Amino acid sequence: MRFGFFLREALRGLRRSSAPALAALLTVLLTALVLGVFIPIVQATTGTANEVRGRVVLDVYLQQGASPAERSEVQSALESTTNVKSVEFISKTEALAELGRKVTDTDEKLELLGTNPLPDLFRVTPDDPDQLAVIEQSLAEQKPAAVDEVRNREGETDKILSATGLVKALAAGLAALLVFASIALVANTIRLSIFARRREVEVMKLVGATNWFIRWPFVIEGVIVGFFGGLLAVLLLAIAKQTFIDPLSDDFALLAAPDTIDFPLLIALLMVACVAVSALGSGLTLRRFLKV
Amino acid sequence: MATPRTEPARRRAPTAGVPVVEFREVTKVYDGGSVGLEGATMRIGRGEFVFLVGPTGCGKSTCIRLLMKELEPSKGEIHIAGRSLGEIPRGRVPFLRRNIGVVFQDYKLLPNRTVYDNVAYSLQVIGESRQEIRRKVPDILRLVGLSTKLHNYPDELSGGEQQRVSIARAFVNHPPLVLADEPTGNLDPETSIGIMQLIYRINRTGTTVIVATHDKEMVDKMRRRVIELREGRIVRDEQSGLYRPDESTTEFAIRLRGELGVGPEGHPN
Repeated sequence: MRFGFFLREALRGLRRSSAPALAALLTVLLTALVLGVFIPIVQATTGTANEVRGRVVLDVYLQQGASPAERSEVQSALESTTNVKSVEFISKTEALAELGRKVTDTDEKLELLGTNPLPDLFRVTPDDPDQLAVIEQSLAEQKPAAVDEVRNREGETDKILSATGLVKALAAGLAALLVFASIALVANTIRLSIFARRREVEVMKLVGATNWFIRWPFVIEGVIVGFFGGLLAVLLLAIAKQTFIDPLSDDFALLAAPDTIDFPLLIALLMVACVAVSALGSGLTLRRFLKV
Repeated sequence: MATPRTEPARRRAPTAGVPVVEFREVTKVYDGGSVGLEGATMRIGRGEFVFLVGPTGCGKSTCIRLLMKELEPSKGEIHIAGRSLGEIPRGRVPFLRRNIGVVFQDYKLLPNRTVYDNVAYSLQVIGESRQEIRRKVPDILRLVGLSTKLHNYPDELSGGEQQRVSIARAFVNHPPLVLADEPTGNLDPETSIGIMQLIYRINRTGTTVIVATHDKEMVDKMRRRVIELREGRIVRDEQSGLYRPDESTTEFAIRLRGELGVGPEGHPN
């Protein structure tokens, strides 16, 4: 009975003040739409940045003619170093093959040399690219005998780290700004629609309604507005995804970025956010008018 | 109920038992420093009909709002049915208000509800069942003479009719105390009489009624208890009084001239 009553009250409120309710719904719709587009973009950007950062490695070259015992000694030393994610052994032949993939006519060039000049090496991947220097430091301190040289492809690494760091920071900043703007916008629209009805709230207080008795219909109104605003936004997003993004994703790696948010998860997130912000906005804005 | 119904309401013995409303040296100073009420002491017994009279700004509305606990007194205590308002916590204020019916000069109806729903709201607030609401609302609307306008919205009614709705809303719970703040302030004399009759009928059922008004004619006709306020002070409390204390034409003329010349007489400060 109680819930039914509150629901009827909420529907009455929506019907009788449909213009502000519609404005609130549109605001929710638009912000959800913008967020829905922006979240995957931010994610794709940071995803790509992270992928690039994954390429930051440390090459540990062995001396020519190091014995297998020495080799395994170096390997275990490397593996026991902190911050190391993985250690990969690349033999001279494998290194040569890798080189062959990058450089054309290797065979001719090798013929000139006669032998394979590349040393055996360990490729060390750090668990965090920013920790590369730390690993290098600790390797320099306890340098195993068979290690000839440690190289971190310095220029490349620095560039990658600074560029991707900037991209990630920018994306995070924009995302935070957008979320903040969305909440402020939705809260403000709701506030306006409630402000138009503050007299009504005052009268309710004077005939002895408790705060929650007045508040529930408004909160339910907020939930309804948030739900439909979010639903419309999600529908539009789904249509846009079907018609524009999916056909293009084969051509553009960014669109197909592997660690973008799942569409169902994105939908759920947007819906929950819409409903929550809208309902909370209604409930909290009322507080001011309830102090009679 | 705020008033324990230990004995049947006796209209002719209004001060018997605990007074319904008691002001003890109540002073209200607003934040801006203006004085709403100053050292007001009064007792109003059960079943009484009391007029609060005086010019605008004399503290009538302050009294009403203090009784609703819309305002807190700066000094002094207010008791309703023996209970101090100061002891009622914020969260319990709605329950206090359910025992007080209020009628305002500007009706304060909910604009997006029909007459029926406006009256029903004050029953819904106290969690009355739907059957009860369906039974009580048409009854009370018949009492105030609006049984044909059940489904009209407030803006489709005349001022007098809106005030009747607001009276119906105030009385539908049968509260022991009804407050009216300038109930006829916006109405023509003819309509005012109808409204006042209605309020009087409510009083006849044993309900204590306090009417703040500056409607001199009405007060003089009704001849009920009159409490006169001036600049926040109670200057007169008289059983079956007039709006002005009895005075001869000469006295009136002197007062009138005095007021025109040097401002209100009997300036307390």
